[in-house]
Amino acid sequence: MKSRVIVITSGKGGVGKTTTTANLGTSLAMMDKKVVLVDTDIGLRNLDVVMGLENRIVFDIVDVVNGKCRLKQALIKDKRFEGLHLLPAAQTKDKTAITPHQMKNLTNELRQDFDFILVDCPAGIEQGFRNAIAGADDAIVVAMPEVSSVRDADRIIGLLEAAGLRNSRLIVNRLRSKMVRRGDMMDIKDILDILSIELLGVVPEDECIVVSTNRGEPAVMENASRAGAAYRRIARRMMGEDIPLPSLDEPENFFYRFKKILKMAR
Amino acid sequence: MLDIINRLLGRENAGSRDIARERLRLVLIHDRASVSPNFLNTLKEELIRVIREYMEIDEESLVVDLENEENSIALVANIPIRGFKRAANE
Repeated sequence: MKSRVIVITSGKGGVGKTTTTANLGTSLAMMDKKVVLVDTDIGLRNLDVVMGLENRIVFDIVDVVNGKCRLKQALIKDKRFEGLHLLPAAQTKDKTAITPHQMKNLTNELRQDFDFILVDCPAGIEQGFRNAIAGADDAIVVAMPEVSSVRDADRIIGLLEAAGLRNSRLIVNRLRSKMVRRGDMMDIKDILDILSIELLGVVPEDECIVVSTNRGEPAVMENASRAGAAYRRIARRMMGEDIPLPSLDEPENFFYRFKKILKMAR
Repeated sequence: MLDIINRLLGRENAGSRDIARERLRLVLIHDRASVSPNFLNTLKEELIRVIREYMEIDEESLVVDLENEENSIALVANIPIRGFKRAANE
């Protein structure tokens, strides 16, 4: 299998880039793939705590780029899953500590040893973003069904295209089907109509995410988590498996059907 | 209670979903147009090229811009005409 460098980005902060990176990476490793998660949010690193690996950091991405250590020394091996590694961001520097050129060299070096190189992109469209996308083959855009998040996703898709990443795929995160049914949240089709990119998956709002972040154990490890199950399906799609996407039609629960019948009768 | 019945019947005011969708549509027209500053300039040059075949226009004072109306965005072009070419009657 040819290795792939995939950047996970969104423009807006707080929509779930880091959670998505952690869960997809863990899920791919659970399927026996060799995975490295690269945190490029220099100065605001968080992928380490979401993964529960914060106590094992010795060197970071800036140390590697500056030649203070070898790449292998900075990689943290996740003991829970064979093949899963984290390259942490530096916490004391800023985004200018690395250049896009250095980032490209780094991801190319990682290609030798890994099937999937998942790059967690910082919020914003400045140098942190340019670093994160520099070595990427593909992009995953994460958006929540909200005006501000979709607007920023649109801008990001434009910037990705300008950088030659023309096949970005979308993950709609934190969808609340109850609100969609009530007509108070945009549905998947609305978002796809606006952004016109390919859908990679839909992750429902799930309290388990807070709990799993509290513990430092990605939700895909928890069988009962709905978000975890959604991430596992997305990971299988990334492996090329034909896993059906959620239906784009409105959900068919009892009250919705009831409402539809009454509406027709009027 | 009445509120719940209305909601089940779908008689409530349009949910905020529709508002979100509409606001996004409008804001993205502006965003996409302003992100590429060339867009309006290129359009302007193209317009001049086409219109010049039909009439003499004041190219210097030609203005092309996006303008917000009530619930839509219009492409508004203000093109001062200097003269009209005489067309042969067919």
